[in-house]
Amino acid sequence: MPRTVTYKVGLVGHDKYKQGVEGIEQDLTVEIHELDAQPWGRDDVFRHVGHDVPRVDGPVKATGAAKYTYDINRPDLCVAGLVVSPHAHANIVSVDASAAKAMPGVLAVKTYEGRRVTYAGGIAAAVCAESESVLGDALNAIQVVYDVKPGPAVTDDAMKDGAPVVDPRRKTNVAGPRRGPLVRGKPDEAIAGADVVVEATYRTPVQTHSCLEPHGCMCEIHDDGTATVWASTQATAFFANRRLTQALGLPRNKVRVLTHHMGGGFGSKFSALEWDVICAEFARETKRPVRLMLSRRVEHLVGGNRPDSIQRMRLAGSKDGTFAALDGETWGTSGNGTGGAGSANFMVYELPNLSMVQNGVATFSGIGRAFRAPRHPQGFYALESVIDRYAYAAGVDALAVRMKNDRHPVRQVQWRIGAERIGWRKNRRQVPGSDKGPVKRGVGCASGRWGQGGRHMVGRSQLVFDVVVDKDGGIAFQNAVQDIGTGTRTLIAVIAAEELGLAPGDIDVRIGDTNFPPGPGSGGSTTAPSIGAAVRNGALRVKESLAGLLALEWGVDEGALRWKDGVCRGPDGKQATVREACALLGEDGLRVRGRRERNWRSPYRETAGCQFAQVAVDTETGFITVEKVVAVHDCGRVIDSLTARSQVNGGVIQGISYALYEEKHTDRNLGDMVNPTFDTYRILGMEDCPPIDVVLTSVVAGYSNTGMAGLGEPATVPTPGAIANAVYNAIGVQVTDLPMTPARVLEALERRQG
Amino acid sequence: MSDDAPREEGARRGLTRRSLFKGAGAAAAAGAVFRSLDASAKDDVPAGPRTQGPGKAKLTLQVNGQSREVQAEPRETLLEVLRLPLDLTGAKPVCNRGQCGACTVWLDGTPVYACSVLAVEAEGRKVTTVEGLGNPDDMHAVQSAFVEKDALQCGFCTSGLVMSAAWAVGKHGPDLSEEQARAACSGNLCRCGTYPHVVEAAIAAAKTAKKGG
Repeated sequence: MPRTVTYKVGLVGHDKYKQGVEGIEQDLTVEIHELDAQPWGRDDVFRHVGHDVPRVDGPVKATGAAKYTYDINRPDLCVAGLVVSPHAHANIVSVDASAAKAMPGVLAVKTYEGRRVTYAGGIAAAVCAESESVLGDALNAIQVVYDVKPGPAVTDDAMKDGAPVVDPRRKTNVAGPRRGPLVRGKPDEAIAGADVVVEATYRTPVQTHSCLEPHGCMCEIHDDGTATVWASTQATAFFANRRLTQALGLPRNKVRVLTHHMGGGFGSKFSALEWDVICAEFARETKRPVRLMLSRRVEHLVGGNRPDSIQRMRLAGSKDGTFAALDGETWGTSGNGTGGAGSANFMVYELPNLSMVQNGVATFSGIGRAFRAPRHPQGFYALESVIDRYAYAAGVDALAVRMKNDRHPVRQVQWRIGAERIGWRKNRRQVPGSDKGPVKRGVGCASGRWGQGGRHMVGRSQLVFDVVVDKDGGIAFQNAVQDIGTGTRTLIAVIAAEELGLAPGDIDVRIGDTNFPPGPGSGGSTTAPSIGAAVRNGALRVKESLAGLLALEWGVDEGALRWKDGVCRGPDGKQATVREACALLGEDGLRVRGRRERNWRSPYRETAGCQFAQVAVDTETGFITVEKVVAVHDCGRVIDSLTARSQVNGGVIQGISYALYEEKHTDRNLGDMVNPTFDTYRILGMEDCPPIDVVLTSVVAGYSNTGMAGLGEPATVPTPGAIANAVYNAIGVQVTDLPMTPARVLEALERRQG
Repeated sequence: MSDDAPREEGARRGLTRRSLFKGAGAAAAAGAVFRSLDASAKDDVPAGPRTQGPGKAKLTLQVNGQSREVQAEPRETLLEVLRLPLDLTGAKPVCNRGQCGACTVWLDGTPVYACSVLAVEAEGRKVTTVEGLGNPDDMHAVQSAFVEKDALQCGFCTSGLVMSAAWAVGKHGPDLSEEQARAACSGNLCRCGTYPHVVEAAIAAAKTAKKGG
């Protein structure tokens, strides 16, 4: 029987900034499942939730004791590696592995003659050896003969008429939208009649995930006919796919996947991939544990990437700053697949008239994978850039334009907070590029959004946590979900501790193991909001069971008992803590299950965010220094403000890195990546990192009993746009290509002077 | 390593320096002759440099205050030997060419990239890894500060950053400035974006450190 609850939702705190913002606080009435916990409301006070809680696995990570897939050693461990094609398009004519096979310590070799490779990084051969040095020798000794074919590896070339096609069933590499252009209103008429029309084309690079732990796994087939696969994955529940289990020669229920710690995924590591299958085959063939981790070069080539984009944007509006229409067309490659162009070009703002065409371009290059807020950083970079262009053309303040066309109540508050903290009025140059001297400063801003309140299903299974309680008070929360570095373990401990009146350190969190109920894949920033509600319900079930025991013990009716702050109170001053109640358990303890119920209706369509940046640009060298970033983000109810700030720092840092440094350079003639190392593929380092002012606007949005929403992805959405707009404000000319390298800054300055 | 090194041991095994070079290639040869400070060397072998390799040879390393004997090829890096066979997996293999700092350890108290040091070069020198700094139940001040300030996310770069930050704290003590902390950690890449909290952690740990500590 569903029950109806009414409670307070909306922005927690920030009273000074929420004056007069409609809908920022509301009463919400929802029907919830009878077993679901009473939702935490806006004004509730907590002991752990929302505070700075150090992550529970911090000590093992800070001391090197945490074991990652790459660290799982066995006395008889074998290592495997790959020989990959340096050509974008070729047929593998022959593979001579005789020398490799003859080497002592080489256990198995696989060759892939006759295979057509369609990207540099395509696998030509694989070796399994007893040690890393033997493996290296053997890989070097393999001779591959390729029949090299033309194959454009960069977007512009793949778009040309008559270019060789990746997919032989298609006539061209360019795939337009299946349902035709997205049209809303009458964009042509609106543009023709508008006061101000601006247009520009923006380009973004291919960005590789550059996870520090590469893709890979370690497969062990045991004598009892089961297997353990240690995997660097964001989805233990989905890693053991059909190809992997077939390679192991075992049914899926005999394959246990373990991911106790993993060294970064950012969207690139879900189900087992080609090399994982090879690793499994080697394990079966050699009857020994085998580990295959990609080399850094191969990781850059095939580990995944954020597709590049070419985005033509035309924005029209009135002189007072009201948008009338957006007309855009985008192209982008996700390597061998199509799709992935910036299609987040028309979000956030009210655009009564719209025309968008998004084209995917297949290229002969490594396939794109989901990368922290797929489509968003590139789409928002172009959208927010064309808005600044419009604001200067119309002669209106760029922040005022945004606030005018943005209807999200939370972001209205966030714009105010961010503007104050960056000193918008003082630091925004009224005339862009007006600073005297060679070093010019400016500030800019951009919006962000995300939409996840979590899910109640994992594949076709209901999301549940097993809770195991011992007589001595030990409490374990068990689920297969992995902690990819976001602090998943910690938030489980915080929520459970809050409900049970314990300290987060008292909760034994057992995750990253498919022997437990399936956990959600860490995609779409859904992990935390999905599991949080199940953890709460698990704790609730524990308290119900313990209350039953206490009622018997005290000889009272169960209905007369009330839990508050982890203490159960009965009539006549009787009371017991969770731990005291546990003593009533038998030696076999207690086992209950906390289930995630469906998401509820939320008055907020999506989560909001915005960022502001201040930069200094040396107009003689073209060098950009980011001096400060203010990041204001909503992630629903904040569970752990410490790890949440870390997440936002990470999003901002990856965003700056994308805006200023990162680019996968592909040789357009040879098709190979020319910078597959960390000195040539530059990611932001310690000395490049500006002060980041993180403001969390905790919003109880009503999605679930915790009110949580995702944070990992939204934090990187506004950054490139905010930095680009700050640069524009500083130098008075827009750099329309990412990354904004010194050369591109100087080119832009030259265009203005010329 | 010098050209006039005695050749007795190699010659006794039917190997000359020349034939060894010829057979093993330059990469292996580069590490093939090394100074062994192993006190257990046989009495009838004159003290001083001896030739071993290119196959596995006995190597004695002083790791985290313990003497550890391993069999390793002269071309194997310190990182490879630490991770396997010593199973000290705190130092991580990320770039394997001295670009990212995830494998940072101390050699005689100075941070080095373990991927860019041959194991034989570490013989006779004090090797300190992140495991030697502290353990989960008894953490070094910098490790505690990393936890307290949340200077880690996925944790794969963390061991290296801990070693760099702890070196800076040891060197500068309570006077450690943000600039010094950043400079000390500038050779460590992090993909999750822990840099701001790493600086906070280093400064917090330094406040508790003794000068010249």
